[in-house]
Amino acid sequence: MTHRNERTLTVGALARVEGEGALYVRVRGPDVEEVRLDIYEPPRFFEAFLRGRAHTEPPDITARICGICPVAYQMSACQAVEAACGVTVDGALGELRRLLYCGEWIESHALHIYLLHAPDFLGYPGAVELARDHRAAVERGLRLKKAGNALMEFLGGRAIHPVNVRVGGFYRTPAPAELAPLAETLREARADALATVEWAAGFEFPDFDHGHEFLALSADRYPLERGVVRGGTGRVFPAAEFERHVVEEQVPHSTALHARFTDGGRYLTGPLARYSLNRDRLSPLALEAADRAGLGAECRNPFRSILVRAVEVVYAADEALRLIAGYEPPARPAVPVPPREGTGHGVTEAPRGLLYHRYDLGPDGLIRAARIVPPTSQNQAAIEDDLRRFVAARLHLDDEALTRRCEQAIRNYDPCISCSTHFLDLTVERS
Amino acid sequence: MGRPTLAVWKFASCDGCQLTLLDCEDELLALTGEIEIAHFLEASSAAGDGPYDVSLVEGSITTPADLDRIRHVRAVSRKLVTIGACATAGGIQALRDFADVEEFASVVYARPEYVATLARSTPIAAHVPVDFELRGCPIDRRQLLEVLAAHLADRTPDVPSHSVCFECKIRGNVCVMVARGTPCLGPITQAGCGAICPAYARGCYGCFGPSPAWGGGRPNTRGLLPWLDMTEGEAHRVLSTFNVTAFREGAPAEGRGDDAPQ
Repeated sequence: MTHRNERTLTVGALARVEGEGALYVRVRGPDVEEVRLDIYEPPRFFEAFLRGRAHTEPPDITARICGICPVAYQMSACQAVEAACGVTVDGALGELRRLLYCGEWIESHALHIYLLHAPDFLGYPGAVELARDHRAAVERGLRLKKAGNALMEFLGGRAIHPVNVRVGGFYRTPAPAELAPLAETLREARADALATVEWAAGFEFPDFDHGHEFLALSADRYPLERGVVRGGTGRVFPAAEFERHVVEEQVPHSTALHARFTDGGRYLTGPLARYSLNRDRLSPLALEAADRAGLGAECRNPFRSILVRAVEVVYAADEALRLIAGYEPPARPAVPVPPREGTGHGVTEAPRGLLYHRYDLGPDGLIRAARIVPPTSQNQAAIEDDLRRFVAARLHLDDEALTRRCEQAIRNYDPCISCSTHFLDLTVERS
Repeated sequence: MGRPTLAVWKFASCDGCQLTLLDCEDELLALTGEIEIAHFLEASSAAGDGPYDVSLVEGSITTPADLDRIRHVRAVSRKLVTIGACATAGGIQALRDFADVEEFASVVYARPEYVATLARSTPIAAHVPVDFELRGCPIDRRQLLEVLAAHLADRTPDVPSHSVCFECKIRGNVCVMVARGTPCLGPITQAGCGAICPAYARGCYGCFGPSPAWGGGRPNTRGLLPWLDMTEGEAHRVLSTFNVTAFREGAPAEGRGDDAPQ
């Protein structure tokens, strides 16, 4: 072993995250001096070019922020524009939106669980390699993901960037008889989701707790497409007050902005927050699966987020089946949303966390200003803080082992870097 | 001889087109029996240095660093296939080409000087030779499989260049423009999606870009306007989305990137 005063280690590309970023760790003696999650995904300027567009355009345009969670962008955008125009979309149309969102949760969570995150727990570089030894599990994951995509394709027209979503509702709504084959697919998906919870419950989870405040939507049902924002410390506010509670700051090392509470605190949004704040709203089947997997009243271990995601897939499949069984076709595919001058806010639960949109409309119905706060920028400060503590407790590991653990720790958060402004290079500098 | 190797690369984009490969749920494991996925960071942390038989490239070139990276990708790829509207036309982020990028950055960032970005978002072919361009925002899964299968069989991919109207007829859709007066870009848009939008009772909004059936030039959208019953502003906006540089009149000449000689 050679002794050096200072060393810099660059490990190529953290894979299995959505977007491009890098991790930089500087260690001096026993102290972790700096941890930076650098997001260098090229900026695409959505908030700038939404100005001057018609109030009907954000669902199609903002879907292009992310190929993995386009429905989240469409739902937050619709809600915000409708709020600005004084229109509420509920009843059968609201239920259909929730049904579409269930499809995205199933597809996105199945992708993350099986293709991105599980290989870490089982020691493989990816799902293709995992399939050599665990073919049945990977096939189950692909089947589950396909079921989510089938729901997206049926209701949205296609799985990536659905075409059937509009401000006010949909372009075309299905006849009840059309939903029968989909229900069959979802029943199989629900069984696959239950098997996923059982499978993931057998993984080994490092001991690590998250200390940040949770932030998630809260409603009469498990939060998806609507609700009020709720913090873990009693903070409750509607979408319209989001900017009074959350500020975004720019840091030199990232093209994603960092969000914090205006009173200074960091927070975490996503599956851990949703589950911990809304566990009692899960369906009986999902709750039972959570209990069997050993998830308690709240879950503060980010490594266990894969389990929470699996429970949420059970819920989404269960909820989709409930929505299909209760489906009454709406009187018309969309309610009219005549534009007016004003400001509207929308908050929904993307698979990886809270997604806030705000639009200011002019009297001509054109957008004057837009603001989009994706979950990954909200979680970035909490991720960095967690990594600092995670690294500090594992300095005895060599660089290679430490790097591997850090990559896994980052994947816990399912960061969607395309959203927040892909690829992670890790640099560990020790002196 | 081993299996041919495939690499997947991402530039400025939403991940949707490379996700299309993972969305081939029924074919993915069979495909990996025929092709070795040697570099695909969204799916695996195992990445070889190449060279690769085929590279799929998603995304447009928008930063100085990516100008260098695309040259590297070309150098390590026997065939280079671009996938999606960003890689073939600059994508929606090419709206900056018609605006002041510094002003754009100032709207999004308090400290725009921290952000390295080019004034234009350019397609891959503006910088390096491209062997095949697969269109769409996002690309179509069946077309992607056709391109990969064609490569394995060493033949030309069967990707038609006719307009969406043909697909509408094949699908048996009622024409939304004729029957309902709904503005539809189908007549001037390249086929490939399967005419999804008219099947869902809305007009085509041009995800696949202009159909080359228009003789290689830009479609005569102005001539179409009276049919569409749209104001100039509406027509301008509908053409200014995911394939803005390919559709829009007055767009900067194609094939000129920020690194092109002045």
